[in-house]
Amino acid sequence: MVKYFSNDIDIKTTWDQVVSAFWQSSHVLTEDVVFREVTADRRLLSRRLLTKTNRMPRWAEFLFPSNLSRSVYIVEDSVVDLFTKSLTTYTWNLNHATLMKVEERCVFRESNEQPALTLLRREAWISSGVYGFSRPIQEFGLSRFKSNQVKSMKGLEYALSNLHGEAALHQPSVRNTVKAAAEKAKTLASAGAPQKQPQQYV
Amino acid sequence: MNSVGEGCTDLKREYDQCFNRWFAEKFLKGDRSGDPCTEMFKKYQHCVQKAIKEKDIPIDGVEFMGPNKDKPGG
Repeated sequence: MVKYFSNDIDIKTTWDQVVSAFWQSSHVLTEDVVFREVTADRRLLSRRLLTKTNRMPRWAEFLFPSNLSRSVYIVEDSVVDLFTKSLTTYTWNLNHATLMKVEERCVFRESNEQPALTLLRREAWISSGVYGFSRPIQEFGLSRFKSNQVKSMKGLEYALSNLHGEAALHQPSVRNTVKAAAEKAKTLASAGAPQKQPQQYV
Repeated sequence: MNSVGEGCTDLKREYDQCFNRWFAEKFLKGDRSGDPCTEMFKKYQHCVQKAIKEKDIPIDGVEFMGPNKDKPGG
């Protein structure tokens, strides 16, 4: 069983600025580029390895004590396409995956109607393989994902304000201009999702 | 921002600075001149790949955009 979530956000900043700010990360312990390539058709491919602390609700800490102390390793693959003016990112966790797996895809695209506007479509797939707890873990994962979005947008805003010093002050910021339209969350029955398994401590 | 390899943070920051400049001033403007950061990147990678092995981080052999291939549009 997989929880699916998506929403669309308008960012009142040019795509160029958004993409430049994308490389400044926040809310992570470490961030490393481990692969980078400019393709023949001028797309920039990058892979980043991120580590985050593993913050779980109390009941999960009690049930899965061995997960508590270990950092979460996250891979973020991204493609910057100058021709289509789009940045596509795909992010997922390498470990703690049986407890909870979160995959996220973001597409930042320059608006066709308003070039000073960037459209962000964000999607997440959340699943858990722990027998008997997959539903509360997924619900927790979904609610944390939503609250992380708010943090990420603040992080992007902060990065935008740091970028290009003066120039950024004259640009409209993300604050109060993030409009979340058409938010969608649903449960997917997926053949690929983990089925009931004996309770595991990972 | 720190590197996962404690001793690699300086190399990382040097590379990041070079990349950010090249990205905003050249790449985004369609300038096709070469990437001036390759040497810096090599040094940084040598350090960080060692740290990844030492910490047993299971990132090797993971296909680029791997799981995304199975994902239809929302």
